Amino acid sequence: MSTLEIRDLHVTVDTEQGTKEILRGVTLTINSGETHAIMGPNGSGKSTLAYSIAGHPKYTITSGTVTLDGEDVLEMSVDERARAGLFLAMQYPVEVPGVTVSNFLRTAKTAIDGEAPKLRTWVKDLKQSMADLKMDPAVSDRGVNEGFSGGEKKRHEILQMELLKPKIAILDETDSGLDVDALRIVSEGVNRAKEATGSGVLLITHYTRILRYIKPDFVHVFVDGRIAEQGGPELADRLEAEGYDRFQAAPAAATDEAATPANA
Amino acid sequence: MSLLANKPQSAEQPGHTDSAAAFVPDQSRAERKTSYAVADFPLPSGREEEWRFTPVDRLQALFADTAGTALRRDESLPQGVTVSTVSHEDWQGSGAPKPADRAAVVATAQAESVLVIDVPAEAELTEPVRLTLTGEGALSHGHTLVRVGNFAKATIVLRHEGDAQYSELLSVVVGDGADVTLVSVQEWDDTALHLGQHDVVVGRDAKVRHIAVTLGGGIVRLNTNASYAGPGGSFEGLGVYFADAGQHQEHRLFVDHEAPHCHSNVEYKGALQGETAHTVWVGDVLIRAAAEGTDTYELNRNLILTDGARADSVPNLEIETGEIAGAGHASATGRFDDQQLFYLQARGIDEDTARRLVVRGFFASIVGRIGVPEVEERLMEAIDRELEGVA
Ligand SMILES: Nc1ncnc2c1ncn2[C@@H]1O[C@H](COP(=O)(O)OP(=O)(O)OP(=O)(O)O)[C@@H](O)[C@H]1O
Ligand SMILES: [Mg+2]
Repeated sequence: MSTLEIRDLHVTVDTEQGTKEILRGVTLTINSGETHAIMGPNGSGKSTLAYSIAGHPKYTITSGTVTLDGEDVLEMSVDERARAGLFLAMQYPVEVPGVTVSNFLRTAKTAIDGEAPKLRTWVKDLKQSMADLKMDPAVSDRGVNEGFSGGEKKRHEILQMELLKPKIAILDETDSGLDVDALRIVSEGVNRAKEATGSGVLLITHYTRILRYIKPDFVHVFVDGRIAEQGGPELADRLEAEGYDRFQAAPAAATDEAATPANA
Repeated sequence: MSLLANKPQSAEQPGHTDSAAAFVPDQSRAERKTSYAVADFPLPSGREEEWRFTPVDRLQALFADTAGTALRRDESLPQGVTVSTVSHEDWQGSGAPKPADRAAVVATAQAESVLVIDVPAEAELTEPVRLTLTGEGALSHGHTLVRVGNFAKATIVLRHEGDAQYSELLSVVVGDGADVTLVSVQEWDDTALHLGQHDVVVGRDAKVRHIAVTLGGGIVRLNTNASYAGPGGSFEGLGVYFADAGQHQEHRLFVDHEAPHCHSNVEYKGALQGETAHTVWVGDVLIRAAAEGTDTYELNRNLILTDGARADSVPNLEIETGEIAGAGHASATGRFDDQQLFYLQARGIDEDTARRLVVRGFFASIVGRIGVPEVEERLMEAIDRELEGVA
């Protein structure tokens, strides 16, 4: 049983116009086995939340805490966070030319487990997971994300989730760019991984369609750098019908443009 | 008359510097001087087109027409391969091109004799010919002729180690239908100076690969020139280099397509780290009027790992016939990509390992094609060692 606890998280980025606050007090607790959906309009800060938890150097945490089972995540390096059990499936996975998928996966697995996987079971698991995700086995000899289609990239992210078995997985728009078949295959992969390891899942999405395949226990509406409303799966249905307009009315929309100058 | 390359130069990731705007030089490569006489080459000042990137002030000893001492030579020769010496005149009659700059002409004038490695016709070597040259801190001149007979198949690995002020001319004359891989590894001490001219003459329907691996040396400048003795030949020039602080590594290639239906492919990749690390890559390709059906491509990529390093990359393509199969080039210099590092670290991989993976990945496309396992393994280990210096 693991718990990721985010408390009053404030995050800024440095832009050419100065420092801009993007997360403005996010509080959220995710336990093993739970699925939380975060839904929000473009630019509301969803990816910023995901990257901040993973430790991307571009983002500065100005206040708040993030702990995993009581351990201070913000003190950890990016790789330490992953080894502690956090996983981020990225919205835009990065190409690493010349590093083969099989080499990459084996290196990551070895790093996360602290020992090299047994060759025979590893090869079998890898084959099985790739087959489940309907990935071409030839992909393992290609460079990481090198020339992958959007759908291949997303499958590859979920393949990693299945193999690395994180305690808490953050999936940033894993549904974007997928057609219906791919969405179903990828969602089934997430569900399998969740079932096998009891991971807690933070599912970031713009649309409700992925929630037909991955059932959330909690839905959080994310607007302008903070959670505007929380509820159960029924909240997603409301968003589907009404959109985000209700949350973006007047003040929130107006501050959208307001970058805070560094010296303000 | 010059035509534009008909394969577009490949664009790299946005934000990366790119000095690949191919230009037609004011003087054709065909007009560059070659001669057997030292007097025909004045001392380089550094203002000449072919010396403009090179720190010539540190190379005066190599330009001086004075005698030195030979490098120590260790060799391992597969059966049938012989080493002997011939006179300067015999070398001139071998089909080898003339010296093309001051350092090369001095090397031929001052070397005691011309060392000849002969691979007989139709020999199929299963082991490489290995030649290791070791410097002991002195001025040295090398003049070597590699003769490969018709239809022979051979791999030659030439290693340079120790410390020296070394200038050399190496001629590789390959017979018809032969298949040759020549690897030149520069693993000098960091004080060594090395100016080389490597001429490759590709026989009719022959296939020749010249592979430069430059890791050590204070200044290493290799001019590799390929020409074709008949139609149907294929030349591949591969290179890997890794420059640290204070090192100058320069690779200049000139592929002279005069025979029809020949093929050339040049691919060099380099990494740089540390203040004042400097690499230069110049790729000249000349497709003469008679060279119909030519297919050529050249590529140079540089990966800058730390601030203060500089990579120059200059492809030049001159095309004098419209009847070609293909001609293109690409050149790009990029910084180490922190997004790649983040991605790997986000999968639990520590920073040092992640860095190593990215750099190994960068070189992988060339290293995997060297095809000489002992060279590939040593090179990967050397790259790992170089990286231990960073981060
Ligand atoms: N490096 C940066 N420089 C300037 N602005 C940035 C930077 N990074 C993020 N932002 C801004 O922060 C805001 C939040 O971005 P973020 O990517 O977190 O949004 P998102 O909710 O994930 O959006 P989407 O639905 O499009 O994925 C946006 O307005 C974005 O432009
Ligand atoms: Mg996003």
